[in-house]
Order: sequence, then structure tokens, then C-alpha cells
Amino acid sequence: MNRYPWWKYLIMVVVLVVGVVYALPNLYGESPSVQISSTNGGKVDNALLLKGEQILDAANLKPDSADFNGATVNYRFSNTSVQLKARDVLAKALNPNADDPRYVVAVNLLSRSPAWLTALGAHPMYLGLDLRGGVHFLLQVDMQAAVHKKLDSISGELRRDLRDKDARYTKLERVGDTLQGVFVDASALNTAKELITRQHPDLQLAPQAPAGPYSLSASLTPAAVSQEEDYAIKQNIQTLHNRINELGVAEPIIQQQGRDRVVVELPGIQDVARAKDILGRTASLEVRMVDDSAAAQAALAGQGPLPAGDQIFPDRDGGKLVVKRDVLLTGDNLTDAQPGFDQQTNEPAVFLTLDSKGSRIFQQVTRENVGKRTAMILFDRGRGEIITAPVIRSEIAGGRVQISGHMTVQEANDTALLLRAGALAAPMNIIEERTVGPSLGQQNISQGFHSVTWGFVAIVIFMSIYYMFFGVVSSIGLAVNLLLLVAVLSMLQATLTLPGIAAMALALGMAIDSNVLINERIREELRNGASPQNAIFHGYERAWATIFDSNVTTLIAGVALLIFGSGAIRGFAVVHVLGILTSMFSAVFFSRGIINLWYGRKRRLHSISIGQIWKPQAAEATAGALSSGAASDAVKAGKPLDAPTPRTTKPRRKVH
Amino acid sequence: MEFFRIKRDIPFMRNALTFNVVSAVLFVAAVFFLFTRGLNLSIEFTGGTVMEVGYSQGANIDGIRATLSKLGYADAQVQAYGNANDVVIRLPLHKGETSSEQSTKVMAGLLAADPQAQQRRTEFVGPQVGSELATDGLKALALVIFGIVAYLAVRFEWKFSVAAILANLHDVIIVLGFFALFQWEFSLPVLAAVLAVLGYSVNESVVIFDRVRENFRKYRKYTTVQVIDSAITNTISRTVITHGSTLAMAFSMFFFGGPALHYFALALIIGISMSIYSSVFVAAALAMWFGVKREDLIKPGGNKPSDRNDPNAGAVV
Repeated sequence: MNRYPWWKYLIMVVVLVVGVVYALPNLYGESPSVQISSTNGGKVDNALLLKGEQILDAANLKPDSADFNGATVNYRFSNTSVQLKARDVLAKALNPNADDPRYVVAVNLLSRSPAWLTALGAHPMYLGLDLRGGVHFLLQVDMQAAVHKKLDSISGELRRDLRDKDARYTKLERVGDTLQGVFVDASALNTAKELITRQHPDLQLAPQAPAGPYSLSASLTPAAVSQEEDYAIKQNIQTLHNRINELGVAEPIIQQQGRDRVVVELPGIQDVARAKDILGRTASLEVRMVDDSAAAQAALAGQGPLPAGDQIFPDRDGGKLVVKRDVLLTGDNLTDAQPGFDQQTNEPAVFLTLDSKGSRIFQQVTRENVGKRTAMILFDRGRGEIITAPVIRSEIAGGRVQISGHMTVQEANDTALLLRAGALAAPMNIIEERTVGPSLGQQNISQGFHSVTWGFVAIVIFMSIYYMFFGVVSSIGLAVNLLLLVAVLSMLQATLTLPGIAAMALALGMAIDSNVLINERIREELRNGASPQNAIFHGYERAWATIFDSNVTTLIAGVALLIFGSGAIRGFAVVHVLGILTSMFSAVFFSRGIINLWYGRKRRLHSISIGQIWKPQAAEATAGALSSGAASDAVKAGKPLDAPTPRTTKPRRKVH
Repeated sequence: MEFFRIKRDIPFMRNALTFNVVSAVLFVAAVFFLFTRGLNLSIEFTGGTVMEVGYSQGANIDGIRATLSKLGYADAQVQAYGNANDVVIRLPLHKGETSSEQSTKVMAGLLAADPQAQQRRTEFVGPQVGSELATDGLKALALVIFGIVAYLAVRFEWKFSVAAILANLHDVIIVLGFFALFQWEFSLPVLAAVLAVLGYSVNESVVIFDRVRENFRKYRKYTTVQVIDSAITNTISRTVITHGSTLAMAFSMFFFGGPALHYFALALIIGISMSIYSSVFVAAALAMWFGVKREDLIKPGGNKPSDRNDPNAGAVV
């Protein structure tokens, strides 16, 4: 009766083998490594491998191993402090000119598993940041600013076009989320409306004139707004990719989260301040004309009002300039930005390349304004600062622009970095940040590991003593549970966090419940006089319904956490849910298989090793008073073990 | 080896009133502490910055406080963390300053005071994210409660489901009460532990109710009280052993898990211990008071339409 069909045993074996194979990489572990890949033309090949080894040798750093896998050169080290030193040494040696890095030298954790395991797709579990160290940011994109920028640039183009068509206006600018215009006469108004409908389908005109007969108000269509927002996020993500590449991170995670947020995770990063600086800064460039009319100068000196259509910005030297509101060029027109040195003064400078539209605009501007100054304004979080206000010496065609001002090499580098990776369409703010140092990561792993281990040992010892052979089988089931859990987590490459390890420990503690239910049930059947084979069979059968019900309720809690949790809590929930599922398999199916293998074939099973089956003395179950205790006493009355007996006995009544 | 040498059913339900009074008192005390002292919410819920800084030889907490107030953070909390060399610094949100600036400034100040300072970990949560995490936590709790009530109502009967959820929620409140009384830090992992305990605790009640249902079937002459008593007595061994094992795991985490898992393990330990009490003594008693009967769990024979051609139709022995 307690026999498994052969295919069930096959399933057990297959599952065990698969579990072992996919859990094995975790035993091999990962080694802290330095990975060198190419950027900007650096060549990655065997020669680089040798060169790197020489560099390390000169610094007295010995890698555990070195290899070139066709795409990257990897050096493995025994611990993180050596790894970090090696990274710094290699980065300085291979990228002597920090402004023009040829290689990306990044830290990473590389799996130590042999090639055949990796070929099967078996990888160690993916460690979260709290276990491997690194930085986690949650960035929020300022969507409103993106929309405003779009309106601003549209208003600039409208103003130019209206001037070409000689349509006069007294006001045309963005106010809040709308574009407001007041015109001189009806024909100007109509020209403007025509321009809007024909050339700017993103705008929709408000039905009523806001201020007087010759005025209009326009705003972006909802479709345009959502497209702008979508574009803002995507462009920011792209920009982040570029910037993060420059920071030297091997496996960054950059993902959109929700409508306006981006998650950035940088494992292994040490220089957090620099990372924050690069990520948190927003740079956008606007090129406008300086207004050096008399009225403007007066305003600057504080005597006289600021002329309409002008703004004042500080420049880097502490002074101020009056700049026209019209935006001639924005960062969108920028295709490239590189630091370099001014050919004449050898000062650090930034060289910009404009796109065709930008070049045309700039050519026209420079042609018409020789002798006047342009201002190149860097907007950082909404505040503008004039980097430079060079005088236009001649018409600049071809779209190559040089910005030079009082910049140090580092500043030129940073500016170029920010501009090169693309002007952000909308600023981003860091709304959540987590940094974990690498030593803490190691500590967390070992602490988590110890808590799982000692609890496991305590449970195994107790189960084996209390339930004897059945206890040993239960412990094997528990071990298989742990194995399968680790294997599934490795297969799914789910992120393992410290709460996740805690969830593993908890899952093991809860999993033993199923085995206790089964064992107690079997003992009870034996106590009631069932034969051992029957006891085993009914024990498993009866316990299954209870196990199922109780696991479902714990599962509900796990799923709720999965839905609403984020970050480390989600790591906890994933392991929790998986742990319950593997426990249902291993405690019932697997342990039953072993029991069946051991006891199932014995025809005349006299006793099983399940610890002591204690029975209350038969003498106590005397006839007598029909108290509430009597009924159950009789049920528990001892009966000899061998003879099969009916399961329930009727309460004995004696009539005097 | 058999720890549970029980000769007769233990008459638990006789003392149902006492048990419930005790649990009601604990519940009221917990609510009182929650309202008067409030939970010591971590920055994950309130927003703010947490920094863990390590020193190679003993951290001078007063010195650190002095440095911080010079920097303008007189309201920072500085505590030893784990061992004598580590401190954890909590900085509430300051208007007009982002956390990046905050933590960089603080670290610079600490390094100036003692170049040996090492930044182990920094966490910053903006106010918006903090309140979102709090609402998400509440939503998770609501979903768990709803799911469990629905599942139990289907599997057993509504009286059981309400009794179980009331008894086990009272568990949760008591754990929270402990946290409020001792002002232990209530962070997201602690919330996760509490929800896990809720699920586990209901699991307990399910085992007992399952046994109750089986006993209703088996012992047709027993009254409800007797059935419940015998169900609890039958399952007491399993209850204690399982809880012991889970507690072993929780204690292992408490001792070996380090400061990160400290409060998590504490929540588990209290929750699991309380759950024995609530599931064994309270849940079943509540179900009894709601008037659970045999018929609730065992549907009567079924009104099968009798076959007219069957000569034995309607016969009852």
C-alpha cells in the first residue's frame, strides 16, 4: 500500500539532480574582479591582458586569475579591498588622460563556476545591494519642467517666424502651462493662428481669447504632453546609461518605475559622492543673445526697469548679464560635446557640435550679429548660470562651436561629460538613496548564512531524537527544501537580499510544520491501534488536507507582500512564497517517497521507528461515570499493536 | 520520546472566559501604548537619512554628537549599533536640503573630526517615498486580512473565519504594542515579519479548525465544547513542536543575524509566541461563542431527489 509508482521515484531523482546542478554555482561562489572593456576606441585583446598583469605586478597586486573572454579582460582577486586597489591602479595606468578614457575599468562579481555549469545556464544567486555593496538611487523626473521647456522652445520658434512674416505682437511667452500672446491687429493674430495650426500640431488653441480681441492662448495637446513625458523619461534613461558608463560600473541597473521614476543601481561603486553629483546634476544648454542696449545696462546698474523680453543671469565670475529671453539653441540641437584645449590660449575648453537645424540657426544668428555677444547659459536645476558670453567675431557655419571660459580641466571635463551624454529633457531629483559599503555586504552574507545554518542544525537534532527515523527523513526533506529553494532562486536569478535570507530561515522553520503534522498523525494512528502500514498511509493522507490549507494562508501573506512590497521587502516576499511552494513538495512528496522506499515493501511490518508511542494505561479507562472525560479515555485505551483493530471504539457503558 | 503524555482531553474551553479576558487586557494595553507612545518609525516611513559609520577603535558618541550639532544637526540621533565601533546616525529631513547634500556634508564633518571614519551604509528616503511605503504597507495588511477571511470562509465557515482573523489580528496589535512600549525601531522588514506572523498564526488556527471538523464527524455524540477540547488536545503536541522549531530559527536569527536582522527576529519571536496563545486559546473560544455547531462544518446529507422507481427511496435506518 505504501508504494510509489516508478515514475514518482523518477520525478524525485530528476528534481534532485536538477536542484543540485542549479544550486551548485552557489557553492563555488563569486570572486571580486576587475573588468576592463573598451570605450572610445581602446583595444581589448590579449596584449591588454598582458599589459594589465604587468601593471598589477608593478603595484604588488597579484590577481588569482586573469582571462580574456573575447569581449572583456577580467582579473579575479581574493577579496574586495585588493579588488578596489587594483581597480584604481589599472584605471590610472590605462586611462592616463582622465578626460579621454579609452577603457572602462569596472568592479564586478564574477562567478567561479566551471564552464560546463555556466554553459547549462546555472549561475549563482543574484545578490542584492545589501549583500554585495553598492548604491541604489530612485530618481524622479520633473515632468512639468519638460513640458515647460517644450513650450518655451515652441514660443521661441513662433517669435522668429512671426518676425519673418512681419506680424507684430506685444507679448508672446509662456505663462505657466500655456502660451499667451497679444497681437497688434487682427491680421497679426490670424497669421499667428495659422502658423500654430500649420506648423505646430502639438499645440491646441484655447477657444476663448484671454485678454482682449487680439489675443490667444495655446497649450500642448494631451497627446503631446504624454509624448513629451514619455520622451523625457526615455531620454533621461538613455542619458543615465551614458553617464554611468563613464563612471565605470559593470552591471548597472537602470529601469523605469511607474510614470515618472527611474531606479538606478550601481553595484560596487565606491565614490558615491561623485556618482550622486553626476546623476543629480541636470545640465541643459541654452544659447541666447546678450542685450547690451543702454536700457539694459541701466537696469543692470540698478537704475531703471528691466526691459520686457530680458532676463538677468549671473556669470561665473560673479557678475551679471542681461540676456534676451529668446532661446536660439537648446541642448536638443547638440550632437556632441568634447573637452579640449583652446588652440590659442591653451585653456581648457569645451567643443560643441550642432545638428543641422542648430547649425543653420547659429549661422544666421552669427551672420546678423557680428560684434554682439551670445550667452551660453548652463541651466542646473532651474538656475541658469552663464558659462561664457563670447563675442561673435564672424559668421560661424558648419555648426562647430567652442565654449571657453574660466574653467579648470576638471570643470571642462564635467561640463563636457554632462553635455556629451545629451542634454536632459527634464531635471531629475534623487528621492531615495541607499549606499552599502562592500565590507558590510560581506558581513550581511555571513550573518544571514549563520542564522540559517544554526537554526537548521537545531531543528534537525531535535527531529531526529524525537521522531527517530521519521525525524531523519523529515530532516532530509528539509535539506532538500533548502536545496530546491536555492536552485529555484538561482534559476530565476531573483535578487537575494538580507531579508530574503531571513525569509529562507523562516521558510525552513515553517516547513517543518508539515512533517510534524504527518509524524504526529502517524503516531496517533499507531496509538489508536492501526497497523504500521495503515498508520503510515492514513497519516500522510489525513495530514495533506491540513498542510494544504495552512500553507495557503501563509501564501496569502507572502503574495500580499509581493504585490505591495518594493526593494528588500520584495526580496523577502519572493523567497517566502517560493519557500512555501518548495516545502509543500519536499515535505510531502519527497519525504513520503523515502518512507515508501524504506518501509513500503515490507509485507509484515511490525513496527516503525517513529519514537515512542505512548499510550495511557488501559486500567484508567474503567467503566463508570459518564463524565466528559470518559468517552475520550476509552478511545485512547491501549490495544495491542499487532492485531488490526477498528479505529473508533464505542464508549463502554456498564449498567449497574 | 513523547513529551505529551496526555491522558484525557484537557478542558480548555472551561477557562475560555479567563483566556479571553487576559487577551483582551493585553490587547487594550497594546492599543494604549500605540496611541500614547506611538511606533518608533524608521526613516523608511518618515523620510530622512540614516548613516552607519564605522570607526577602527571605538566610536566616541558624544564627540560625534558635538560635531553634528556644529554642522547644524542638533536633532540628529546617534546610537551605537552592533558593537562598540559602529554608530548609526539618524538625520530627519531638513527643508531645502537634499539628502545627497546632507550625507556628504555630515561625512565630511565626521572625517574632519576623525579621519578613521568609514561610511558603511547610507540610506535616504524622501518624504514622498516614505509616505508611499507606509500606504503600501497598510494596503498589504488589508489584502492579507481580506484574503484570509475569504479563504477561511470558503474552506470552513464564516464564524471560524471571523474568529480566526480577530484572534490573530489581536496578535499583530500586541506585537506592535511591544514595539511601541519599548520604542524599538519599526522598519519595513519588521512590517514584513508581522505580516508573515499573521499568515503563520492563521495557519495555526486552521490546523485546529481542521481537527474540529474531523472530530465533529468522528465523535457524533460530543457537544461542541467537547469537540473543541478534544481537537485542541489532539493537536497540542504538533502545535508546541512546530512553534518550538520556528522559534529556534527565530532565535538563531536573533543571535547570529547581527543588528540588521535584530528587530525582525524580535518581531518574529514575539509574534510566534503570541500566536500559540491566540490560536489555541482565543480563536477556538471565539468560534465557540459565535455559536459554531456541527452543522456549520458538515453539510447535512443533501437533498438528493429520490428516484421514484427506487423501492427503497426515503428509507432511513
